[in-house]
Amino acid sequence: MDFDKALEMFEPVIGLEVHVELSTKSKMFSSAPNPAYGEAFGAEPNTQITPLDIGLPGSLPVVNEQAVRYSIQLGLALGCSIAESSRFARKNYFYPDLGKNYQISQYDEPIAYEGSVEVELENGRVFHVPIERAHMEEDAGKLTHVGGATGRIQGAEYSLVDYNRAGVPLVEIVTKPIVGAEADAPELARAYVSTIRDIVRALGVSNARMERGNLRCDANVSLRPRGQEKFGTRTETKNVNSFRSIERAVRYEIQRQAAILAAGGTIQQETRHWHEDTGTTSPGRPKSDADDYRYFPEPDLLPVAPPAELIGQLRAALPESPAAMRRRLKGEWGFTDNEFRDVVNSGLLAELVDTVRAGATPAAARKWWTGEIARLANAQGVEPSSLVNPQQVAQIAQLVESGELTDRLARQVLEGVIAGEGTPGEVIEKRGLRVVSDDSALLAAIDEALAAQPDVLAKIKDGKVQAAGAVIGAVMKAMKGQADAARVRELVLERAAQ
Amino acid sequence: MSEITPEQVAHLANLARIDLTEDEIAKLTGELGAIVDSVAKVSEVATPDVPATSHPIPLQNVWRPDEIGDVLTPEEALAGAPERDGDRFKVSAILGEEQ
Repeated sequence: MDFDKALEMFEPVIGLEVHVELSTKSKMFSSAPNPAYGEAFGAEPNTQITPLDIGLPGSLPVVNEQAVRYSIQLGLALGCSIAESSRFARKNYFYPDLGKNYQISQYDEPIAYEGSVEVELENGRVFHVPIERAHMEEDAGKLTHVGGATGRIQGAEYSLVDYNRAGVPLVEIVTKPIVGAEADAPELARAYVSTIRDIVRALGVSNARMERGNLRCDANVSLRPRGQEKFGTRTETKNVNSFRSIERAVRYEIQRQAAILAAGGTIQQETRHWHEDTGTTSPGRPKSDADDYRYFPEPDLLPVAPPAELIGQLRAALPESPAAMRRRLKGEWGFTDNEFRDVVNSGLLAELVDTVRAGATPAAARKWWTGEIARLANAQGVEPSSLVNPQQVAQIAQLVESGELTDRLARQVLEGVIAGEGTPGEVIEKRGLRVVSDDSALLAAIDEALAAQPDVLAKIKDGKVQAAGAVIGAVMKAMKGQADAARVRELVLERAAQ
Repeated sequence: MSEITPEQVAHLANLARIDLTEDEIAKLTGELGAIVDSVAKVSEVATPDVPATSHPIPLQNVWRPDEIGDVLTPEEALAGAPERDGDRFKVSAILGEEQ
């Protein structure tokens, strides 16, 4: 059904679950290296495990202190209360992604609960997304399905298991039902996950790279007819793993459910799979009730009761929230609302911050990142930040500022840096891109151009200063662009005045 | 009296991946009912001033520092695997999914 039509008939209610892999050195309950730490990623299968991580008999879990600190920091940054006492629970299910047949999670006593996250939409609308809880748990191993056409589980002949990821510390952040977003619901879902990424990055508790699965999102969607109080039946679309997909998946589910309900059908409570290629979801399994997991307190672990002193320390050391930082920077940089929103929406805020810190003016940093670099990145289908680093951009911007490079030369320097020819300085040397600042060379070229266009001088003397443009153009061409056009103009006008 | 039904027993058996015959379900429905009734006696003496206990020993905050220790070699890790493919465990395709 058409999205606008669906919104006319039904009110969407969404709920989001975000799993954050913490970047501790070791795992949640074992001393195996954490594949989500630093740049460690993609180790050979089953090389990052201890007996505990594959559920061998006799192994016992012990809580990683740093994971608890990170979880508390994250809870505080989400505006949550931190539990005086918190405990772990076993979530029982049979699936080979964990060797124990249960996952250690938290159930009735999560480490953090009742918070709120400020999320800003592209149109400037600010939402306060209510947080229900943030709890600690362990990640599961990775299955590869073999056989079957698509590598998906349907039709697979067998599966291969790598337990390197089993036991990676996770915090699962669960929102309360979010009502009132209306047509903004799909965008809000994306903007919320993006804000969570900004928060965990600012805290430094996770690498937060979605393409590596450091941040994963499940999106719950339900519809209720206009005027109805009771929530409709929800579906949970699992593992939607890019910002764009989150928005598309929520939008698709709203339209799909609306079509079924409008035709008098009912929604099945179930999990659904997101298909990036077709932009649709398909049914997974019927959603289990919480009872089916037969949660019970984890007998192998003791309660976590964070001392008030520790919570106070962590609270005092919290970085500025992304929302507060944006407000501050907008003022400091003197951007217009539109300019600032463009930067935020293009996901380049962190790059601008670093480029300004490295010595560029905010205006120059914005110009380069949202202009030439974004254009080149777009053409190559990659992220702007993967092409150059903020230090290089700041160097180029400073060289333009000091007059050592013209804009045109600076773009060539940027190209060279992106092509791997070295630092901006090295590219300038290799390609001979210095501005010709030698006036005698410029004057020679000017005289040559004036001789070729004898009427120009007369026109300038008549007060038609714009006629100088033709000469300036010819000089810039002769100098292969390596001249400062403003200086050439000055010299042309001086010549005419003589 | 307990309210354990044959349907609940069948459901639990399914969750626990235990294959039960009709006769076994009928027998276990009675037995489980008796067990639940026995445990329910506790609630007769439990009063609101007695907090629920999940651990008999009054310890908390037993943590370890975030340090890396020894890991298994793939050979050790896979020593007990019924089947393997390279350095990964091989399992039959299961019609379920990650939780």
